[in-house]
Amino acid sequence: MKKNIWVNLGFQAGALLVAMLVTTGILAAAGAPPFQAYWSMLKGAFGSWDSIVTILISWSPLLLTTAGVLITFSAGLWNIGVEGQMGVGAIFTTGMMLLLQDTSLPPALIIILGILAGIIGGALWAALAGALKVFGGVNEIFGGLGLNFVATALTIYLVFGPWARPGVASMSGTKPFERELWLPTLPGTSLSLWALGLSILAIAAVYLLLRGTHFGLRLKAVGKNPKAAFLLGVPTWQYSMFAFLLCGALAGLAGAIQVVGLRHNLLPNISNGYGFLGLLVAMLVNYQALWAAPVAFFFVALNTGSVQLQINYKMDSSFAGVLQSLLVLLVLLGEGARQRFLGTARKAEPSESEIRNKQVK
Amino acid sequence: MDVELRDIYKTFGAVRANVGITLRVPAGTIQGILGENGAGKSTLMKILSGFMRADSGGIILDGRPVSIHSPADAIRCGVGMLHQDPLDFPPMRVIDNFILGRKGGLLPGQAEAARDFKRLAEQFGFSLNPDSYVDALTVGERQQLEILRLLWLGARALIFDEPTTGISAAQKEKLFAALRLLAEQGKTILFVSHKLEDVEGLCHRVAVLRQGYLVGEAQPPYTTKNLVEMMFGKSISAGERNPCAGGGSTLILDNLSVEDYRLKVRDVSLDVCRGEVIGLAGMEGSGQGLFLRAVSGMVRTVGGRILAGGKDLTGKSYHAFKRNGVAFLPAARLEEGLVSGLNLTEHFVLSEPPDGFFINWEQGGALARERIAGFNVKGTPASTVESLSGGNQQRALLALLRDPLALLLLEHPTRGLDIESTIYIWSKLKERCKQGTSIIFMSSDLDEILQYSDRVLVFFSGRVTPPLDASMLKTDKLGQLIGGKGWDEFTTGKSA
Ligand SMILES: Nc1ncnc2c1ncn2[C@@H]1O[C@H](COP(=O)(O)OP(=O)(O)OP(=O)(O)O)[C@@H](O)[C@H]1O
Ligand SMILES: [Mg+2]
Repeated sequence: MKKNIWVNLGFQAGALLVAMLVTTGILAAAGAPPFQAYWSMLKGAFGSWDSIVTILISWSPLLLTTAGVLITFSAGLWNIGVEGQMGVGAIFTTGMMLLLQDTSLPPALIIILGILAGIIGGALWAALAGALKVFGGVNEIFGGLGLNFVATALTIYLVFGPWARPGVASMSGTKPFERELWLPTLPGTSLSLWALGLSILAIAAVYLLLRGTHFGLRLKAVGKNPKAAFLLGVPTWQYSMFAFLLCGALAGLAGAIQVVGLRHNLLPNISNGYGFLGLLVAMLVNYQALWAAPVAFFFVALNTGSVQLQINYKMDSSFAGVLQSLLVLLVLLGEGARQRFLGTARKAEPSESEIRNKQVK
Repeated sequence: MDVELRDIYKTFGAVRANVGITLRVPAGTIQGILGENGAGKSTLMKILSGFMRADSGGIILDGRPVSIHSPADAIRCGVGMLHQDPLDFPPMRVIDNFILGRKGGLLPGQAEAARDFKRLAEQFGFSLNPDSYVDALTVGERQQLEILRLLWLGARALIFDEPTTGISAAQKEKLFAALRLLAEQGKTILFVSHKLEDVEGLCHRVAVLRQGYLVGEAQPPYTTKNLVEMMFGKSISAGERNPCAGGGSTLILDNLSVEDYRLKVRDVSLDVCRGEVIGLAGMEGSGQGLFLRAVSGMVRTVGGRILAGGKDLTGKSYHAFKRNGVAFLPAARLEEGLVSGLNLTEHFVLSEPPDGFFINWEQGGALARERIAGFNVKGTPASTVESLSGGNQQRALLALLRDPLALLLLEHPTRGLDIESTIYIWSKLKERCKQGTSIIFMSSDLDEILQYSDRVLVFFSGRVTPPLDASMLKTDKLGQLIGGKGWDEFTTGKSA
C-alpha cells in the first residue's frame, strides 16, 4: 500500500513536471523569458496584500462550484451545467432583491432572502437537467450544455430588457444595488468574509457528506453501479435527482454570492467560467474532496498571477487557462500511463474503512 | 507449441495468488488446470496471456524465453486466451469482431477475412453467421467466435478459463470436439476448470493448484477422490435434502402472467411453504429468468396476483418486495450484485437500513468482520469486491442478505463455483430454509436442481409444468422436458 502511494505521487509529480516544461516552451515561444515570467506570475499572485485578497475573492465561488461538481461526479453524473446553474442562481438573487429593495424589510433580511432565492434558482435549474436525464433519457451532458445556453440568453435578455439600467442598457449590467444591500466586506477591500466562510463551510460539508454519511456512500454506489445499488435497496433515480439538486444549490449559492458580495448587480457572464473551472478542479483531484480546496486555491492564484503576464509581456491572460487545462490533461494522461504500466486502477478514494482499519491496528 | 512456465510468483497485497509455479506442457496436449475457487488458476493464465505481469518468473515457448507484457505481445508469440467472464463485446457484427485486433492497414482485406472465417468455421463445425450481431450470440457462440479469431491471429497455444460455465450440453460437446481437433493439429490447450467431470473426460493430463501452489499432477486414468483431495486437501461430500419445514405459505402465486418482447409465461399458480426449495429448470431463456424477476418485483406482471410474506404485492416495486422480506440475487455478480470499487465494509453498510445520518464505521467494520468470518469469505473488510474470486463474490452476496427473509430468489446460485463452494453455499442456504425462508432458484445444472429442490418447475419456451416432486423426478425425464419432449401429459388443464 505504502509503495503504491509513492508510485502515485511519482506519476503525478511527473505530470506536473511535463506540464511545467510545456508551459515553459509556450512562454518562450511567445517571446517572454520563462523564468522571469514565472517570477512575475508568482509576484502577481502573492506579491501584495491586494493580490492575495483578489485570490481569496475568486476562491470562494470556485470552491462552491467544485463542491457541487464533486457531488454529481460521485453519483456518476457529468453535470456540466454548473455554469448555467450559477447564472440562474444570480438571476434569482437579483430578482428577489429587486423585488424587496424598496420595501421596509431590514437589509440583512433582504440579503438573506436574496441568497436563499439564488440557492433555489440554481437547484431548480439543475433539477431541470436532472429531470431531462431521469425522465426524458436526455444525457446530462447535452441537457447541461443546452441549459447553459438558455441561462446565458436569459441573463442577457434580462440585462438588456426588463431589468435594464434606466437610460443605458449595457454589458456592464443592471443598476447596482444600494450599499446597504451589499454583503459586508473587509474595510478597504471587496473581500467578504461571509462569502469566504460560506464556501469553506460548503466544501467541508461536502467532504463530510461523501466520506462519512449513508447518503454519500449510497450516492457513490449509484455512481459506480446503478444496477447493483438498486438491487441493494438504494432508490437510484431519487439519489441522482438529489445529487443534481444539491449541486445546483451550491452553484446557485456561488451565483448569489457573486451578486450580493462582489458585483452588486446582474451582468452577462456573471458565472465567469467558475462552473467549468470547478469541473477541471474536480477532475484534477480525482474527485477527492480533501484536495479540492488547495487545488482550487492554486487555480485562482494562477488566474490572478497571469494578469501580470498581460501587463509585462502583453500576453493574453488566458494563459492561466492553458496551464490549468494542460495540467488536468497531463495528470489524466499520467494516470492512464500508470494504469498501463502497473496494471492497477487508482482508487477513486482511499476507502474509509481502510483508514479505520489502520487506526484500529 | 511447447509452453513452459517457470517459477511464477504473483501476489496481490497479502494474497499469494501464485507461488513458485513451474509447469511444462508439450505441444498437442490438452492440459487441465484444476483448483478450487481462488486457487490462482485465472491469475496464472492471465500471466501467460499478458493480461497481468508476474512478480517474478519466466515464460518459455518452444524452448525460447519470451517476455510477454500485453495480450498483443502474447498473441504475437502465439498465445491466446478465452476469459472466464466473457469480456464485454461491443454491439458489432460477428465478422467485424473477427477482424478486430488484426494488424495491418486501415482497410483489412474484408473478402479474404470472410473467406478465412468460413473455412475455419467449417473446419470446426461451428455454424456462425458472420453478419449477425455479437450481442445476439449465446455464451457458447461467443466462445466459438473467439476461438476462430484467436486461431486466425495465429494462436498456437489456447487458454480456456472455465469455458463450460453457461453453455448448453450440446455446445459443450462441440467445444470438446473442437479442442480435441486442435490438439491433434499440434496446438497446446490449457483448460481451466473446477468441474471434475469435464477435466476427466477431456484432458490428457491435469495440474492441480491449491492456495497458489501447484500441489500435484495427474494422468489418466483419474480417480475422482484423488483429484478432490488434491484440490481441497481433504475429501468432501454433499449435504442432504431436508424436507419442507411446514407451517404456512411464504409465497402464493395466483394465475401469474408475465411477458417480455420475446416470451409469454401464462397463468402460473404456485403455493410455496416455509422452508421449501423450488428449482426452476429449462434451457437458458425459456422463461424461468423472466418468471424469477417477476416474483422479485423487478418485472411488472401482466396478470394474476403475487402474495408474499402474507401481503398482496401485485404491481408493487422491487423495493416494496424487498421491504417485505423478498430478496433477489442476480447471476451477474459484478454487473448487478456488487458495486466494483467499493469494499466489503462499504457493502455491508449499504445493505443495512441506515441508522442515522452519519455512518458508524466502527460498527460497519465489526459487522463486516463478523460476516466475512461467518461466510468464510477469503478477503478482508477493506477488500474491494472486484478483487475477490468468483466463489468469494458469491459468498459475499449471500452474506449481504438481511434477516429475516420470507423468500429468497436466486439466479444460478453456484454458477462458476467449485464443489466445495457449491456445497458450502447450499449449506448456508439450507440454514436459511430451517429458519423458514423459502427459496426459488434457477440453474442450468440438472444435478443441482434434482439434488437441492423439493419441487421443480420446468420451463420450455414460456410453458411451465405444474410443480413436480423432485424426489420422484429422474434426470432423463427432466432432460426430456427441458428439451420440449413429454409435455403432452400437462396439456389438459392450465399449467401449474
Ligand atoms: N486483481 C486482483 N486484485 C487483488 N486480488 C486478486 C486479484 N485477482 C485475483 N486476486 C486474488 O488472487 C487469488 C486467486 O484468484 P484467481 O482469480 O486466480 O482464482 P481462481 O483459481 O481463478 O478462482 P475461481 O475459480 O473462483 O475463478 C484470490 O484470492 C483472489 O482474491
Ligand atoms: Mg478464475
